[in-house]
Amino acid sequence: MKRTFRIIAAVLVVGAIAFWVAAGANRGWTKTRVPKKVVDEVTGLEGIQWQDKFVPGVDFLGAALLGAGFLAGVSFFVPAKSKQP
Amino acid sequence: MKTKLTILASIALAGAALAAPQTFDFKDPKGINNAAFKLDAPLEAINGSASGISGTVTFDPENPGVTKGKIIVATGSLMLPNPMQKQHMLNDKWLDAVKFPEITFESKEFKNVQTAGDTTTADVTGTFTLKGVSKELTAPVKLTCLKDKLGQRVPNQKGDLLVIRANFTIKRSDFNIMPGQFEDKVSDTIEITLSLAGASPK
Repeated sequence: MKRTFRIIAAVLVVGAIAFWVAAGANRGWTKTRVPKKVVDEVTGLEGIQWQDKFVPGVDFLGAALLGAGFLAGVSFFVPAKSKQP
Repeated sequence: MKTKLTILASIALAGAALAAPQTFDFKDPKGINNAAFKLDAPLEAINGSASGISGTVTFDPENPGVTKGKIIVATGSLMLPNPMQKQHMLNDKWLDAVKFPEITFESKEFKNVQTAGDTTTADVTGTFTLKGVSKELTAPVKLTCLKDKLGQRVPNQKGDLLVIRANFTIKRSDFNIMPGQFEDKVSDTIEITLSLAGASPK
């Protein structure tokens, strides 16, 4: 059980970092929509359309690290599995 | 003699009608019109835009220096990538969108007017109102009059388009928006870029 908690914590940290890097390593806050530029052919103006997209930020990383820290901490209070004779 | 006078009067009237200032409506059915804003603070850069644009501009291609108009941005249409940031931006501590639902710019005077072809550049001075505070500011502006192009943009309509591009900066402290606070995260200087097209149907 102790080991399971620690494995989950490690997977959470690695997974969150991998997801954050894969999504562009956004160093700002998490975004739930992103601007997309569209050009109006007649006027040449650049318009902005907002699209729903989840881009994890540093708050996402922080939450994942906190969660992993909590799980790792809990693992210290879980009694070790007693060895069968 | 009477006929000649009538013809001359008709030509003069037609000429006057052709040269008359046109009124362009900036409520864009295509949703392209936008006011983009950027705040580049030491700890954080904030990029957003507003799409709720309306207003009218009276423009005379023969005399662009007398252009007059008012552009209105709906405060509630300001958009940011983070929903919590947007909520904070619109609340009573920052922009107070409920109490001040509009951000406006009303032109007073055009200076340094230069026209080449269908494009006019000038420095426009006018009153910028944000969060109930009005300040006079001057900004470079580019106006492009696209004759008979409305039909290409809005089907079944004939008329002209007026494209306005402008960049200027304001300071949020000048408009009583949390002056002197959180400047490491929310820059005092706000860069604003206007990209607008107005229609004058015939």
